[in-house]
Amino acid sequence: MKKVLYRQLLVKALGLSFLLFSTSFYAQEEAAAEETAVEESSAAGGDAAKGKQLFNQNCAACHALNRKMTGPALANVETRLYEEEGLDKEWLYAWIKNSAGMIASGDAYANKIYAEYNQAAMTAFPTLSNQDIDDILAYTAAPPPAPAATAVAATEGGSTESSGGISNEIILGALSLVFGLLVIMLILVNNTLRRIAEANGVVLEKAKAEKSLPLWKAFAQNQFLVLVSVIFLLLGSAYFAYGWMMQVGVDQGYAPIQPIHYSHKIHAGDNKIECKYCHSSARVSKHSGIPSLNVCMNCHKSIYEYTGNPEGPSAEDLANGYTNEFYTGEIKKLYKAVGWDEENQRYTGESQPVEWVRIHNLPDFAYFNHSQHVSVAGIECQTCHGPVEEMEIMYQYSPLTMGWCINCHRETNVKVEGNEYYEAIHAELSKKYGVEELTAAMMGGLECGKCHY
Amino acid sequence: MMIKTFGKVLFVLAFVLVLSSCFNKNSPNYQYMPNMYESVGYETYEGVDNGLFPQGTEAMLPPENTISRETLPYEFDNSIEGKELARLQPSPLDSLQKEANLTKGKELYDVYCAICHGNKGAGQGTLVKREKILGVPSYDDVARNITVGSTYHTMYYGLNSMGSYASQMENETELWQVAEYVMKLKEDLTK
Repeated sequence: MKKVLYRQLLVKALGLSFLLFSTSFYAQEEAAAEETAVEESSAAGGDAAKGKQLFNQNCAACHALNRKMTGPALANVETRLYEEEGLDKEWLYAWIKNSAGMIASGDAYANKIYAEYNQAAMTAFPTLSNQDIDDILAYTAAPPPAPAATAVAATEGGSTESSGGISNEIILGALSLVFGLLVIMLILVNNTLRRIAEANGVVLEKAKAEKSLPLWKAFAQNQFLVLVSVIFLLLGSAYFAYGWMMQVGVDQGYAPIQPIHYSHKIHAGDNKIECKYCHSSARVSKHSGIPSLNVCMNCHKSIYEYTGNPEGPSAEDLANGYTNEFYTGEIKKLYKAVGWDEENQRYTGESQPVEWVRIHNLPDFAYFNHSQHVSVAGIECQTCHGPVEEMEIMYQYSPLTMGWCINCHRETNVKVEGNEYYEAIHAELSKKYGVEELTAAMMGGLECGKCHY
Repeated sequence: MMIKTFGKVLFVLAFVLVLSSCFNKNSPNYQYMPNMYESVGYETYEGVDNGLFPQGTEAMLPPENTISRETLPYEFDNSIEGKELARLQPSPLDSLQKEANLTKGKELYDVYCAICHGNKGAGQGTLVKREKILGVPSYDDVARNITVGSTYHTMYYGLNSMGSYASQMENETELWQVAEYVMKLKEDLTK
């Protein structure tokens, strides 16, 4: 049922965008809409499809169509300039090819816009021909995506998602109701049968049972059986007690709720961002630091909303409520914490710390150094932290117990190549242990003082 | 009798419930001797509510007008004029160590820059291909005419949509190594 609804919506949205001759920037029907836009704009002397390509290559770092970035929004820039400032295409050609020159020459509007955008100089594009600029202008002149269509899409997406949630709850509720009814019916049936039996004068087993020797008495009289079962019970409880005590202080699987829902799956998995991009201090220090918010803003200055995978959110994500709107909301939380004014594209200076909950935490009496493992040994982050690139919610993958550390030290061979300084010692150790390759343990990786001091 | 068995079943259910409620993945486990687990000194990023730190966080920026030990302040300021002056600055790294510097530079470049600028520096990183970030220029762009000094300036302060990468590098040497590697990529592109 959901699918049919969605298809209807698509048809509606397609029709709407055809009507408005829009290039839809966000919706899936981009290609279809684009064709119409090209037809329309070719009359104006520019090729919007080429223009889009050029725009994405040259302009999109600082300009968007419908929102301010480093530079102003560019939708309909040609007509707007002409109507509001009386400036024609020639002015735009000159500005794009050499904006700094125009500011220096004292052009009034050039200086005004330069001052308005924090004196951020626009790169000169002398390589763009007038035809190229026409193409780009044709692309910007194609009307922005119809807000109605996207709004409908958004509400539709929201409602299907919430209806999915409701139906799940209804099913669970109905199931528990049915079970409850069954239990009540069983009790009622039992009572009725009992009454019938009494009425018919049938003697119940209870009365019979009292006559023979009770089971527990027979058990107590057999001393050997008592002894065996006591031993068995003691062993069993010792086993469980041991298991319970060994897991005290081990936080494997710990997955706290973080103040911002940060998905490692999207960042490290889908977008393939290196672990060390954010956790840069893992290379050079004891700690693998939590990135400061300016590192988030390296990308999120440009990425202000979550548009998801081209194939759309998976059913699993939808079931968990991880819609595109949800993720966009999390990006807004980042903006709030770092004090980023999206409207004016500048920092307000009002920031507040994000109180991340620490997951991996070694006890104070154990020393661990990230740079030693990451930079010197060259161990992949995933060896200890597990498949982080698949984790929607970060959890502790390894037990981080001493036995776990020691196992790895015993099994891992140390890379000794390219380390001429220690060549003599490595050769000596190899001879002592009679092996080709040295493990971390043979290099002293099991000595108490290496980690506990 | 029936009530008795019912009670037994209830007891077992309650026992399982109590057991399973111990394994709550949202809260950390018990510890044997918390005094030995928790550091006496402040731990990295620890929230400290002693009134000394603004907003209770001890991760802070260095005070203004101070520099880290063994470093020199960067002489050019964050402006267009500063960038033009920086353009002429040569790399201070030892040119005899060029190979080693480029190797290290490549390693760092692939982590920090390639995600947008692409492995070859042509502006075709993963984020660009996936249309998350657009308009990343190629290093051989004639109008930008990047030099090792201007590359360093851009990494140090950031430029327009690109943020500063000074905090992610260990020191100036690493920044210069990346800048040198960027110039090598530019050479390869203009070849």
